[in-house]
Amino acid sequence: MIALGQFLEVLIGGLMSGVLYSLVALGFVLIFKASGVFNFAQGAMVLLAGLALVRSLDLLVANGFPLWVAIVLGIGFAAVIMAITAWLIERFVIGPLVNQNALTLFMSTIGVTFVLEGAAQMIFGSDVYPLRLFPTDIWLLFESHFPGGILVNQLDVWGGLIAGILVAGLAIFFQQTKTGRALRAVADDHMAAQSVGIPIGWIWFVVWLVAGLVALVAATVWGTKLGVQFSITFLALKALPVLIIGGLTSVPGAIVGGLIVGAGEKLAEVFLGSHIGGGIEYWFAYVLALAVLLVRPQGLFGERIIERI
Amino acid sequence: MLYREAGQFKTTYAEDMAIFPIRQDRMALAILLGIAFIGVPLLADFDIWPFGSDYLLRAILLPFLILALAAIGVNILVGYCGQISLGSGAFMAIGAYSAYKLGTGVHIPLDWLGFAISIPPLPVLLSILLGGLAAAVVGILFGIPSLRIKGLYLAVATLAAQFFFDWVFLRVPWFTNYAPSGSVSAPTLDFFGLNVGTPIERYMLCLIFVTVFAFLAKNLVRGNLGRQWMAIRDMDIAAELIGIRPLYAKLTAFAVSSFIIGVAGALWAFVYLGSWEPLAFSIERSLQLLFMVIIGGLGSIMGSFIGAAFILILPIMLNLLPTQLGVPLSTETITHLEFIIFGSLICYLLIKEPHGFARLISIGKEKLRLWPFPY
Amino acid sequence: MAIGGKEARENKTRYRKNGLNEEDSYMVRNKLLLAAAILSGGAFASPAAAQSEQFIPILSYRTGAYAVNGVPYANGVADYYNLVNERDGGINGVKILFEECETGYATDKGVECYERLKGKGPTGAAFVNPLSTGITFALTEKTTTDKIPIITMGYGRADSKNGAVFAYNFPLLGTYWSAADIAIQHVAKEVGGFDKLKGKKISLLYHDSPYGKEPIPMLQVLAKKYGFEFTPIPVTHPGVEQKSQWLSIRQNRPDYVLVWGWGVMNGTAVKEAAAVAYPRDKMIGVWWSGAEPDVQPAGDQAVGYKALMLQHGAGKFPVHAEIEKHVYAKGKGASEPGKIGEVLYNRGMVNAMLGVEAIRKAQEKFGKKPLTGEQVRWGLENLNLSEARLKELGFEGMLKPIKISCSDHEGARDGRVQQWDGKGWKVISDWYTANQSETEPLVDEVSAKYAADKKIQPRDCSKES
Repeated sequence: MIALGQFLEVLIGGLMSGVLYSLVALGFVLIFKASGVFNFAQGAMVLLAGLALVRSLDLLVANGFPLWVAIVLGIGFAAVIMAITAWLIERFVIGPLVNQNALTLFMSTIGVTFVLEGAAQMIFGSDVYPLRLFPTDIWLLFESHFPGGILVNQLDVWGGLIAGILVAGLAIFFQQTKTGRALRAVADDHMAAQSVGIPIGWIWFVVWLVAGLVALVAATVWGTKLGVQFSITFLALKALPVLIIGGLTSVPGAIVGGLIVGAGEKLAEVFLGSHIGGGIEYWFAYVLALAVLLVRPQGLFGERIIERI
Repeated sequence: MLYREAGQFKTTYAEDMAIFPIRQDRMALAILLGIAFIGVPLLADFDIWPFGSDYLLRAILLPFLILALAAIGVNILVGYCGQISLGSGAFMAIGAYSAYKLGTGVHIPLDWLGFAISIPPLPVLLSILLGGLAAAVVGILFGIPSLRIKGLYLAVATLAAQFFFDWVFLRVPWFTNYAPSGSVSAPTLDFFGLNVGTPIERYMLCLIFVTVFAFLAKNLVRGNLGRQWMAIRDMDIAAELIGIRPLYAKLTAFAVSSFIIGVAGALWAFVYLGSWEPLAFSIERSLQLLFMVIIGGLGSIMGSFIGAAFILILPIMLNLLPTQLGVPLSTETITHLEFIIFGSLICYLLIKEPHGFARLISIGKEKLRLWPFPY
Repeated sequence: MAIGGKEARENKTRYRKNGLNEEDSYMVRNKLLLAAAILSGGAFASPAAAQSEQFIPILSYRTGAYAVNGVPYANGVADYYNLVNERDGGINGVKILFEECETGYATDKGVECYERLKGKGPTGAAFVNPLSTGITFALTEKTTTDKIPIITMGYGRADSKNGAVFAYNFPLLGTYWSAADIAIQHVAKEVGGFDKLKGKKISLLYHDSPYGKEPIPMLQVLAKKYGFEFTPIPVTHPGVEQKSQWLSIRQNRPDYVLVWGWGVMNGTAVKEAAAVAYPRDKMIGVWWSGAEPDVQPAGDQAVGYKALMLQHGAGKFPVHAEIEKHVYAKGKGASEPGKIGEVLYNRGMVNAMLGVEAIRKAQEKFGKKPLTGEQVRWGLENLNLSEARLKELGFEGMLKPIKISCSDHEGARDGRVQQWDGKGWKVISDWYTANQSETEPLVDEVSAKYAADKKIQPRDCSKES
């Protein structure tokens, strides 16, 4: 008999960690939407952003800057690093590869992953660097209703809030700003967009930059959770099923996909895993994605794939 | 002058349909095979540097051959049939673990039926091939979604196979014969009473496997089946309209490809590692194989070999180089540099020649035909 | 292909023109390939080594998911070899030549590294120390064929304690089965005796790999004997995601959680334990889950966390002063000076010391010259470090005497328990010695099975000198 309290706790915990996956998945979606590139390097970008932030922060604090100044400067520094990265990737990899097929582009981003991982660790070090930007205390809710209450981690709540703000911000950016609209035009048809005078190279740079900034946001949350270290790059693999379920081209899809994956895998692990040996959450997320794809081959919110001869 | 088909007249249909219609190609291949089959063992036998050392045979040539075989398998699926798969590592694992089970004896107690299925340990050769067969069966199973899911969505869907089998071989103790650590070791490699133990014997064994399968694959892809696969790859709806059954074509591609990958997996486990755990067939292996195929050239058997050589050997060279040149760098820096240079080179190659080394070879051949009078 | 492919066919124009035309780039590529070919030829050349050097390979990992733990260990090893070279001019005048190879904790790269380094130096590798249970499994047969001992101090396969079957494996100072036994002894002491274990719940949170699975059979045996309820909980490599495991633990409320983690998994376990308010002082890590990088990132959340000690803990001993004087003062140190004396640094140093002493022992029999792996194996098997000798070496207080024999390749099976107080590790227990009557039957059973599978005729240990 599954206690209701435990069920709710796992469900809430799962939904929350799902949102954290969504933070990583959002970066994928942005780039795929605008340039059709399936960016495997998003995990490495989170690592790079996190390392740049935490290392500059440590340096500034050690040199006697007050914490809030250090945080602002550190985030600024990391943003600059991400901008440089975005420019380099656009200029030297994605630009020259324009119009290649999706597989080649995908593989080139794996090449980029290697470069980013090597460079980030060479410049900033390969140790674990603790980052404490958000509280990690816990709340116990409904203690009167359930024995032991329902445990909620404050960091997860912060993660959810940030994801919400991020999605709202991106929606405004896409709908209201000139660059955002140009971006959507490029996503629809980049030849047509180019012919009406949209500077396509600039737009792609902007997309990679935004994805880099999203990576930075993800790094603040995940860095607080795990400490900034190499293993953060494995998040890319956790974000893939999220992406697939939500659809490669949908920003809200990334959030909904995250919720489904997070809740699904945690519930499966806790209630099913104990019966068949545990450790099932990794493949469960992918099997879930596979099941969704069999019903909707473009994911829940993806654009319909129309094939013509 | 050297490479020209002028004057080579084909007088029969058989000649016209030969695998290698150009004499120079046949000679080049014969020389290559001669070096591989006779030259290398001789050099190793006479202890001629660098072939005398175990290092070249065991740490470079052996993994190269096995991964080239796996790359051929992946190329059939990705290069010829156009179905992107990120689950190749899992199929290697299925080959390896099935071969292991068959090689050490299978015992399935069916208490509820009142009897047990017992298979005595099979000879190694048979278990390796049956391991491939097991991979083929699972390959067909995981190929079914490809009828509905396409492109990168399919690639991510095949990751389900990858992670699922990683887990199965970790968690189900039956597959590891209840080894406490979950790490298993291969049975002794007896082939018809011949014990394959030394590096050169292992090399020859893999070479025979690779040669046989490469020829089979080369023949298969230019036949009816191969042309069906390519039609599906180029445009599946159009292929369907002209009467190619996507179900049959896609599933055969999955089956053949998984079979070859499974055999390669069994060889990787039995001949190269000797003792292994599921981590040996992780997602990194799948990505590595995909790289080999893309750098080598999609839809090219020869390309699979070149790609395997490039992806396997380049990082090792990059890693060896600073020490050999006496550059005082820490291992840490060397490894980071290796990552950076390797990644950059991959990007560079993809930009310069998105069709891989195979395209470079065919361009080279074209130029040779005209040489020395290009105009 | 649904994505991008069609556009590629429709539109062949390149968005940005490449600088080189087709022909030029082809030439460039050819030259690159040529250069690569030349370089690769050179890579096989072994550098001319002086005749009086003993080669020792270091299989390390300074990058990747496990670098955090791999780096201090490798530094300890390198510093100790440098110390022997700088202070004593080598082992009895035979200089140590060592080279690191990056395995990244991956089995296939480990095998490549082993093959690369095993033949170096005038006599080949003296011994190999892979620092990965997975690589140990893969190398066990190869090293036996190549006659190179494999030292797995505090890790590796537990059944290889039986030297009669595993002639070349040396799981010095303790296997995971010994570790499991020591951990349960400590739990028993905390709950007030072995009889109090009955009905207690003990969970094992383990890294899902040969490393993490190794203690399970031993713990099952102990669970049966003492009547505690044992639950293994796997964590998938690399261990960044443990929320569901800890939510189960929160519901299940085990009395103790044993942690068999490595790399990021340890730190994450501590943080997640805090996140579900599981008391940290009810967690006991194995000796690979009890170093500074495992607890420091968790900050205050880690206070109270306990871990086994592979005899030694953190802190500086006379040998550290020697290293600072002879190695760091000359600028040859591998580590940041502030990290000398950390747990894993010390472990690397101990490991290097045992190897060096084995070579010294072997030199007594075979002469003061570079030795082969086979000769070093004899040295290892006859290694006998007394209290006095350890004091001489500057390891007094870190290690207890150790004596290896043919039937006992472990040599010592002692451990203590330490606790993190937020700033450093504090030793909180007396010495425990793993109970051989509990580990031995399992060692015999599993090693006998291995011998049968591999058709190995176990040596008769009574005839070995």
